[in-house]
Amino acid sequence: MNVAEIFETLEYGPAPESAAPALAWLDRHERTFGLFIDGRWAPPRSGEYFETVNPADARPLARVAQAGKEDVDRAVAAARAALPAWQAVPGHARARYLYALARQLQKHSRLFAVLESLDNGKPIRESRDIDIPLVARHFYHHAGWAQLMEREFPGYTAVGVVGQIIPWNFPLLMLAWKVAPALAMGNTVVLKPAEFTPLTALLFAEVCADVGLPPGVLNIVTGDGRTGALIVEHPDVDKIAFTGSTEVGRIIREATAGSGKRLSLELGGKSPFIVYDDADLDSVVEGVVDAIWFNQGQVCCAGSRILAHEGIAATLEARLKARMETLRVGDPLDKAVDIGAIVAPAQLEKIQRLVRQGVEEGAVLWQPSWSCPTEGWFFPPTLFTDVSPAATIAQVEIFGPVVVMMTFRTPEESVALANNTRYGLAASVWTENVNLALDIAPKLKAGTVWINCTNVFDAAAGFGGYRESGYGREGGREGLWEYVKPEWETHAAKAGLAAARPDLDAAGPDLDLEPDPAPAPGAGGAAPAPDAVLRNEIEFAPNGAAPLPPIDRTAKLYIGGRQVRPDQGYSLPVHAPDGRLLGEVAHGNRKDIRNAVEAAHKAAAWGRATAHLRAQVLYYIAENLAARADEFAARVHAMNGASPAAAAEVARAIERLFTYAAYADKFDGAVHPTPFRNVTLAMHEPIGVIGVVCPDDAPLLGFISTVIPPIAMGNAVVAVPSERFPLAATDFYQVLDTSDLPGGVLNIVTGRRDELAQVLAAHDDVDAVWYFGSREGSAAVERLSTGNMKRTWVDYGRPRDWTDPRQGEGVEFLRQATQVKNIWVPYGE
Amino acid sequence: MATTQRERILPDRPTGVRPPGPQPALAPPRNPGLPLELDWIRDVRVNRSAVERRAAAIGTRRTVKRAWQAAWLLRAVTLIDLTTLSGDDTPGNVLRLCAKARRPVRDDLLDALGARDLGITTAAVCVYHAWVETAVRALQGSGLPVAAVSTGFPAGLSPFPQRVAEIHASVAAGAREIDVVITRAHVLRGEWEALYDEVRAFRDACGDAHLKVILGTGELGTLRNVARASLVAMMAGADFIKTSTGKESTNATLPVGLVMVRTIRAYFQRTGHAVGFKPAGGIRTAKQALEWLLLMKEELGERWCRPDLFRFGASSLLGDIERQLEHFVTGRYSAAHRHPMA
Repeated sequence: MNVAEIFETLEYGPAPESAAPALAWLDRHERTFGLFIDGRWAPPRSGEYFETVNPADARPLARVAQAGKEDVDRAVAAARAALPAWQAVPGHARARYLYALARQLQKHSRLFAVLESLDNGKPIRESRDIDIPLVARHFYHHAGWAQLMEREFPGYTAVGVVGQIIPWNFPLLMLAWKVAPALAMGNTVVLKPAEFTPLTALLFAEVCADVGLPPGVLNIVTGDGRTGALIVEHPDVDKIAFTGSTEVGRIIREATAGSGKRLSLELGGKSPFIVYDDADLDSVVEGVVDAIWFNQGQVCCAGSRILAHEGIAATLEARLKARMETLRVGDPLDKAVDIGAIVAPAQLEKIQRLVRQGVEEGAVLWQPSWSCPTEGWFFPPTLFTDVSPAATIAQVEIFGPVVVMMTFRTPEESVALANNTRYGLAASVWTENVNLALDIAPKLKAGTVWINCTNVFDAAAGFGGYRESGYGREGGREGLWEYVKPEWETHAAKAGLAAARPDLDAAGPDLDLEPDPAPAPGAGGAAPAPDAVLRNEIEFAPNGAAPLPPIDRTAKLYIGGRQVRPDQGYSLPVHAPDGRLLGEVAHGNRKDIRNAVEAAHKAAAWGRATAHLRAQVLYYIAENLAARADEFAARVHAMNGASPAAAAEVARAIERLFTYAAYADKFDGAVHPTPFRNVTLAMHEPIGVIGVVCPDDAPLLGFISTVIPPIAMGNAVVAVPSERFPLAATDFYQVLDTSDLPGGVLNIVTGRRDELAQVLAAHDDVDAVWYFGSREGSAAVERLSTGNMKRTWVDYGRPRDWTDPRQGEGVEFLRQATQVKNIWVPYGE
Repeated sequence: MATTQRERILPDRPTGVRPPGPQPALAPPRNPGLPLELDWIRDVRVNRSAVERRAAAIGTRRTVKRAWQAAWLLRAVTLIDLTTLSGDDTPGNVLRLCAKARRPVRDDLLDALGARDLGITTAAVCVYHAWVETAVRALQGSGLPVAAVSTGFPAGLSPFPQRVAEIHASVAAGAREIDVVITRAHVLRGEWEALYDEVRAFRDACGDAHLKVILGTGELGTLRNVARASLVAMMAGADFIKTSTGKESTNATLPVGLVMVRTIRAYFQRTGHAVGFKPAGGIRTAKQALEWLLLMKEELGERWCRPDLFRFGASSLLGDIERQLEHFVTGRYSAAHRHPMA
């Protein structure tokens, strides 16, 4: 076309970014890459290589090593060897390294951007203007955290050797999200980039070598899922951080169950994009473009479900279609392209399959009139209307440029539809009404809520999911907790305390919890025994008359604020240390757990109660416990035989109640200073219903220490008291009855610890499980948590000193009882 | 970019038809206006942060290079209201301006671009009333219209009859386009009827001359006010809505422009009347001109990138465009003194 012709049509022409410098870099490496281990490049011992391909033209870019077992072993060994020194250097020194990395990333930003677009297929506009600047920002921000670690995280230390597995949709950005906080906090890393997109990680490795990062601090092993599995299963890795599909996250959870490895997972999503009738609809249309046609829709938090108010849905649909006509799909290296190539044929086929299924299920498909390139792997922007929540395309993550649109009538219905998903990664809310926006944001089950914006990210704000979108946060102060652990854990380990405690169930005759053979029990429970011998207290009649038999006190279950009999009419005996029978408790079963979980959900209003009210109720519980301190001390003494300690334990329990009453309205969120005009509110929200399996170590204190923090933060709890010492807990419900705690907030189900723990772990409507028990029980809880990918907090059978405030109470418990939601609120009239 | 064949996901099923986009006729009739619709004005929603985000991406999502850039810049030349609005204007510099308007780009450059036959001129010349006759005489035979700023430009606060009379005088002097200013106070106080009546009166006074309504967006406080003022001006019969006088401290910005063109689109979709857009003030570089053209093409389509529906109010823009065109032709960076001054 000549100038005169273009003058008439005003068409767009090609605007290619040169690939030459990136290709020259590949050529310098002879298009073949080894592994970056211990600061050096080495060919894989496996001898295997695979090709990474440019999705825009389906041509190979380079050969990359497939790391095998020996390679991963070497990488982990290098990271382990580098750990002590890296951990020991002052934060300031680590800050200098991270700062240098940030500077290098900026200096070579275009090379990184072009390489990223070549390898991944994303438009150069995005890699240049979004990915790489966010990467540099992430390293700057975390250089600051390295500098401040000693001051801001006193009493905490690095987790250790971290295995990190990242996805192909934001290759370098996901690397930054993983590597920057890990290194800042003094961890060493073995990172596996995605097999489709390893190149920028390899360039980054080169930069690390250039800035003199000590060998072994960051190791990069390329490979497919097999390499990932080797990292996940490696015994000398302390933590796994994974971003990817919920499917693989589930496998990783299962594979690491009981290993003691810490785990953070950032998984899939089906994020709602909610449009109210007072939204700026033209801006909404651009919001949809940013939500679902950013990165070809291959974004875990993509706004893939438009929920539009019925009154404006038709207008929005029309404007959206007009806008879709002007989107440009094509060569990712063209600077005027909106949508690039789909990363790989497998992904394209998945998108095509789901789109076909959407049509077959009756949804109406719309695509713009223009055509996509036929070379390479492309897919046009796609809108589905007439979609019901039951449709496959409304439920499953498509991970492509495909959006579904549904309508709602009321704000309440919009929330119900928005939350009608297993996922909970992000949500976007469009309204000009601040009251509506701030009403809806807390009601959405999502780790990030964007008001009148979408897909904005920053190093200072945490990102991560609710529900099956995973757990853990990346970014901000909240993200750093994933990479530190309390120092006392290390000391305990050094003192040999970390050795898993023997499973109590198998610990010897005096701890034997099986029904006494003598009284001829029925199946699973003791038969009623003669009165006097069972009781720890003998009541005397006044005036020295003959002793009366004590009145039988029957410990029941406590569900929904009422004492209820167990589903099955069996009881379990409770013994004193000397073998005396102290009493009996109900033998709760899975149906009792089911009922307790339902009762807990009905108490959801507790999470919306004011923090002040929650504090008042906890103080009141403390007050009522204090009034019966002697009785509880006697009970504790009877159960564990430690008399002076019993009184002290009750006193500590009262103090601990005060601690959490105090925290109830003080565990503040934050306002993150993200770099554009908005407030980013990091709110601590309750997780929901938490199953708490209490420790045996201190009958009353252990119960209070684990059950109260979730309640203080607004969760409802289904508690399984110590199997050995349950009576303090069952006595406690009488304290609850006098303390104004709404029914259902704390439910107590006695019975076999591990049996009930496993029912809780496998329950898909339980949002988290805390487990303090045996190593095997911990493993089972972690393994069974995969049904709904609930958060778990288990002790792997390692004891914790509940009398030590550093171990037995504090912010660690509050963090475990909350999840951080970041709400982005841009402002400006 | 290879765009030979459509990616067929579902070969047996049509993928829908293109929705009716805004496509005015080749020679759109003038906007007759509407009775004032206060409900519509009340319903206006503008989210500033989202608008700024989109505006910031206009120039990063799209770009034109090489021949395309040269062609787009030539188009930009034909959209310029070449303007002088200074207290020290005299017939001497006004005549120079008119000569430049007739021949804005050096012939040798046009030859090199293959654009000699395109008849490249600026869109109009824009002056104060005092120099309308001078300019009309100077442009005789060129077909180029003279635009006069009017109605107590730039503040627009002289007595109302005088402002109307000023329009009559400029039209009588031969101005075919009248750039009026509104009473900003009407917008700031939400006096939409008063604003409507004012613009309606200006339109009536214009007769056959085209009315460009300057909103003075830098003095309207909010983007929502910009949108509401745009709407009222169109309802009252504006042929163009224009951002600024060039005398406010904040001139034409892309967010303001985005809000105005979206309002134009909404008005067109609802009424079928195509209203033009003129950003003015602060547009000095070829790069800026391209950004504005990208904005127009993206939001309203190519049809709105022609002089009957889009103008730049600018005085120094042309000089930078000439230098860029020469760079395209020669491959060397150019200098201002190599191009005839206005």
